[in-house]
Amino acid sequence: MALPLEPLLDTISARIIAAADELTALDSAIGDADHGLNMKRGFEAVQAEKANILAKPTGEALKTVGMTLVMKVGGASGPLYGTLFMTLGKELPENPTLADIGRALQASVSALKARGKAELGNKTMLDVLGPVASHLESGSASFDSVRALASESAKATVPLKAIRGRASFLGERSIGHMDPGARSSEIMITAVCDVLEGRS
Amino acid sequence: MTVGIVIVSHSPDVAKGAADMVRQMVGNEVPLGFCGGNPDGGLGTSVEKILAAIDAAWSEDGIAILVDLGGAETNSEMAIEMLPGEKQKKIVICNAPVVEGAVMAATEAWGGGSLADVKRTAEELSPQ
Repeated sequence: MALPLEPLLDTISARIIAAADELTALDSAIGDADHGLNMKRGFEAVQAEKANILAKPTGEALKTVGMTLVMKVGGASGPLYGTLFMTLGKELPENPTLADIGRALQASVSALKARGKAELGNKTMLDVLGPVASHLESGSASFDSVRALASESAKATVPLKAIRGRASFLGERSIGHMDPGARSSEIMITAVCDVLEGRS
Repeated sequence: MTVGIVIVSHSPDVAKGAADMVRQMVGNEVPLGFCGGNPDGGLGTSVEKILAAIDAAWSEDGIAILVDLGGAETNSEMAIEMLPGEKQKKIVICNAPVVEGAVMAATEAWGGGSLADVKRTAEELSPQ
């Protein structure tokens, strides 16, 4: 399918900006209470750059989204989500299938592991992106199953103890809270599913 | 020329204060750059500001970056990757406390230490 880049960027931006307070509240429980605000700043910058972004071919456009997040977010989530979008821009073929998207997302997961020096199970965004990438790659994914997996995976970070990021300073006390990065990743994946399915 | 020092903190005040302590120790003989704060000036770090601080402290002998917490390190790594390859090879991030590390690193640089010496001296402050 051809990726509808403008609706994708608009819906992701709108949902992340709308969730800023929720993300910041999650981050205030186990981090430095800036995730929502940082992501909002990043996606407002993406919206401000939108004309320039949409003028480019899809791969270059996604790289520009990533670079905008890198420059504007102001926290570790900038380079992390920046790396996600830049890798997608590099790896996604024209007119990707869901399995192609899974392969590109898996490449992003590898890049994020290196960027954040993190592994699956560390209570990070990887705990949502990793399972979703594998599920998409399997070729048996539907939009419903991807949305459900993203939601379950974000919830599954609640009982984990944080190993990476600011939450790791809390050790055992990080247990019992959802990881803010896992939640923002879930929001983005749900937004992408909704747009590709024509629900948004 | 000596190795240059770059201080990256989440707080503009901490970055400025650490830079003042470095200056007190080595005067203006060590190239120094510092930055703190997100693109809006709140607590956080900014790749753009880090690139400017590296530029301000640039030395062909190399740059040692001192960072405080997670995002400062991740954003510094990102900034380094955005530079040309020959510059990248001359920049290291020290695993050391930002204030003490900056002062120790600058003192080693002032004494003529190589980039590896500067990094090692700063990292002696970190538990192994």
